[in-house]
Amino acid sequence: MKKMSFIMVAAFLMISASLAAAGTLQDVQKRGQLVCGVSTGLPGFSATDEKGVWKGLDVDGCKAVAAAVLGDASKIKYVPLNSKERFTALQSGEIDVLVRGTTWTLHRDTALGLNFAGTNYYDGQGFMVRKSLGIKSAKELDGASFCIDAGTTTELNLADYFTEHKMKYDAVVFDTHDGTLQGFEAGRCDCLTSDQSQLYGLRTHLKDPSSAVVLPDVISKEPLGPVVRQGDDEWFNIVRWTFFAMLNAEEMGVTSANVDSMKSSKKPAIRRLLGLEGDKGTSLHLADDWSYQVIKQVGNYGEIFERNVGMSSPLKIARGLNALWNNGGIQYAPPMH
Amino acid sequence: MSKPVKKTAWWNNAHNRAIMFQVLLAAGVVLFFFYIGKNALHNLEQRGITTGFNFLKQKAGFGIIQHLIPYDESNTYGRTFIVGLLNTILVSVLGIICATILGFLVGVSRLSSNWLISKIAAVYIEIFRNLPLLLQIFFWYFAVLRTLPSARNSLHVGNWAFLNIRGIYVPRPVYEPGFGWVVTAFCISLVLIFILRSWAKKRQEQTGQQFPVFLTSLGLLICLPGIVYFATSTPLHWEMPKLKGFNFRGGLTIIPELAALLLALTIYTASLIAEIVRSGILSVSHGQTEAAHALGLRPTKTLQLVIIPQAMRVIIPQMTSQYLNLVKNSSLATAIGYPDLVSVFAGTTLNQAGQAIEIIAMTMGVYLTLSLSISFLMNWYNARSMLKER
Repeated sequence: MKKMSFIMVAAFLMISASLAAAGTLQDVQKRGQLVCGVSTGLPGFSATDEKGVWKGLDVDGCKAVAAAVLGDASKIKYVPLNSKERFTALQSGEIDVLVRGTTWTLHRDTALGLNFAGTNYYDGQGFMVRKSLGIKSAKELDGASFCIDAGTTTELNLADYFTEHKMKYDAVVFDTHDGTLQGFEAGRCDCLTSDQSQLYGLRTHLKDPSSAVVLPDVISKEPLGPVVRQGDDEWFNIVRWTFFAMLNAEEMGVTSANVDSMKSSKKPAIRRLLGLEGDKGTSLHLADDWSYQVIKQVGNYGEIFERNVGMSSPLKIARGLNALWNNGGIQYAPPMH
Repeated sequence: MSKPVKKTAWWNNAHNRAIMFQVLLAAGVVLFFFYIGKNALHNLEQRGITTGFNFLKQKAGFGIIQHLIPYDESNTYGRTFIVGLLNTILVSVLGIICATILGFLVGVSRLSSNWLISKIAAVYIEIFRNLPLLLQIFFWYFAVLRTLPSARNSLHVGNWAFLNIRGIYVPRPVYEPGFGWVVTAFCISLVLIFILRSWAKKRQEQTGQQFPVFLTSLGLLICLPGIVYFATSTPLHWEMPKLKGFNFRGGLTIIPELAALLLALTIYTASLIAEIVRSGILSVSHGQTEAAHALGLRPTKTLQLVIIPQAMRVIIPQMTSQYLNLVKNSSLATAIGYPDLVSVFAGTTLNQAGQAIEIIAMTMGVYLTLSLSISFLMNWYNARSMLKER
């Protein structure tokens, strides 16, 4: 019952308050704080460190929005949500933006009153198994049992994959990453399945990370990105272009370290990116230096990737699909004209 | 001779006034719910969130590890509701039965004159009723689960029952056509026992002679179906669980989530029931026991005929609330992955279909219905066992 209470409260909010669909920007500015929905703890994406400070790729997504809107990346209240609670929290106005490894799907984008503002990580579902089983491919998993997070696309993909290959499986569904990992570690399941990025993150939390291997098979497309409420285009634009600004900054070689010296650059594209000429912040209803603040305080996309999940992090994930389009990946931002 | 009645205006009449206020209150409540309902619909529409119950007919597309009715990925969300509901009912009913038996045993032990038994019961009660239930569920699931062996090194009883980290595997009965006769024989023996009981009771009331009802009943219950079973050339065989690939296939599986949840709910609720039983028994004055002993009743008979019937009047109302708690506590299942209603329907289905208000309303409706049914049954039983005042 305890677990239901959050959703019930949120559902009640949805019933009782007469919510204005628009005006998230004004709300955030008036409050002086961004309320950002993150995971309950996923290393590399959103997790607290030993000092209780939130860190990760998704957390940096929150910070970028706060920097753009409030000029201060630290003015954020983080709301940890499990996968069951996340949409209700956003729909009811409990949070302003959800950056929580949420897969962009037709149903979620259309029927839930949500909009996906972009893809900050291209992912795919994979499998982690105990090394001692000696398994090399997902095709050998017939009859195995799987530990899964409740309420994710993972549950559906798994069913699809096993139906397609005429194999049998058992799904043991937990409501937090922690439960799922403990179930796997205790040996309740042969295999833990989730988005591949999460598997690397969760593996670092095992008592003996070398006891498990991530299989090479990827069975689905999982474009993960920030989500906002439908019907507030102003706010949607801000979240979307904050992300694009970080991508463009990487493409142009603007980093948090060199952004001040870049201000004297003669290149028109860089001057537009940093809000020195062109439209600046007017059409987004933000301060002119919004993108400068994002890059200065949070960094460009390449920087946040490396720092949180890339080679300089414990996860050591290669850029792969998440490299820029001119580097063999598919991360591509429209120009800032 | 009648006194002239002083006329008062109808609105000053206390009775009319009471009705008027009640009507006003009821109208206010209806209006309030009408308003929030309309408001919610308006908000949902404005947000572009789908409403209504059409999602129940959509394909679910996810697997559920334990289903009492046939279920696979191609079934609907509506069926996930039934599957979850049945799983909740299963663990609740088993929990209520086990907790009642264990609770009575511990409660009576607590009052035992044997120092050791009484202290063991006391320690049990004090430990388990004072620890949060969620913690106990985690303990039975994670701490106990970790000590169990893997599928390949299962603990086993002969070649037919296995225990490992994936669950308990026992043979599954497979019925053949003639088995209906055995069931019929079983029912007939139940009817015979009932008749025997009332006959024996009547005879005892009239003549004072006793009849060994229990032993005769037991014999009847075993012999009659047994004879039919062999006469119809044993129409039942057992499907054995066999190790195949990752795990056992065939047979009947009790998943560890169910075992852990049931264990935790039973042990926790039993500790509370034990105290209720103790209070019930202590509420019967000691004079009753002494009187029974003076009449020559043995201690067991005293308990059975004098103490328990009177204690029940105190016990039953409190038991009702423990049963209600147990049903509601079963929703903690979601923490360890037992596929109950909250985990399956208010969890996965809610997230996939995204219709929080409808699904939460349905889920609350179920718990309300379950609780009210239990309450109704227990009240009926309570009314029956109450002191008859003549």
